[in-house]
Amino acid sequence: MRHHLILRVITKLLVGMIMLFALYVQFHGDYSPGGGFQAGVIMAVAFILYGLVFSVGQVQQVFPPWLVHKLVALGVLIYAGTGVYSMLTGYAFLDYGALSPDHPEHGQHWGILLVEAGVGITVTAVMVSIHYAFVGRTPMISDEEW
Amino acid sequence: MVNAIAVVRTRSLFAVAMLSGAFSLLSALLFVTLDAVDVAFTEAAVGGGISTVLLLGTLALTTRFERHAEHSPFLPLFVVIVTGAAIIYGTLDMPNFGDPSAPVHQHVGPDYLARSPHEIGVPNVVTAILASYRGYDTMGETAVVFAAGIGVMVLLSGLRRRRRRDGSIEDREEDG
Repeated sequence: MRHHLILRVITKLLVGMIMLFALYVQFHGDYSPGGGFQAGVIMAVAFILYGLVFSVGQVQQVFPPWLVHKLVALGVLIYAGTGVYSMLTGYAFLDYGALSPDHPEHGQHWGILLVEAGVGITVTAVMVSIHYAFVGRTPMISDEEW
Repeated sequence: MVNAIAVVRTRSLFAVAMLSGAFSLLSALLFVTLDAVDVAFTEAAVGGGISTVLLLGTLALTTRFERHAEHSPFLPLFVVIVTGAAIIYGTLDMPNFGDPSAPVHQHVGPDYLARSPHEIGVPNVVTAILASYRGYDTMGETAVVFAAGIGVMVLLSGLRRRRRRDGSIEDREEDG
């Protein structure tokens, strides 16, 4: 894999920007289009692109499969945990007013932030793990075959 | 339309994967013209990006050219035409595009629009509805994504692990 120089350089430039854009979509979802689902997919694309251009081994050093599998569950846990927390503090399930009782509107902001973070984490991890699962079974294809 | 016909006609599955990615981007543009920016965003990211990559990954696992169909294409064509005609017949009753008196704009929509600025305080009403008013639904969606991920992992990587365990048992037997 010492060839494809242009692809490799451009990928290195792009991966950081894609991740920044994913974070922007994630945390700016309150003000502009986007949110957890979209941000999660974009973040996963950064890892998948890196894995495609370099190798699965290299991307798995950065984002090892065991971590990905834990994150798949962590996102759902964050989401459900927010709901359980609001239940424990005497509000309805997923009533974000519980997060800031004096100022329910701030509570809503916090709740949406947490919940979207949960969605984003799960979507990223699921997409990356599906990609790992596909690539893990693939025999390396020589460039001549394409 | 041209794109869809090209997808059906082409035998090279690599070209089909690329064309379906282009189709997703085109439908994302369609969603933008319908002012559904969030949906367009998702379509562009998931349909144009991830699906294409996953299709390519599948291609690497299987063959790259479609086999010639063995059965006649007339029955599927008939089903498609009847379904399409039924759908188009259904659209005849739909209100005009952007009609303010359409049932969609009369039900809960105005309520959300009126309440979300002072109840949620988030400028993007789509986010407010998704994450707060419809929090249960979004949690269900997250759980669906979670389940899908688990399913793919079990299907694609479970087999290999079992084979490896069989191998290790055989190794041990040979050692014993």
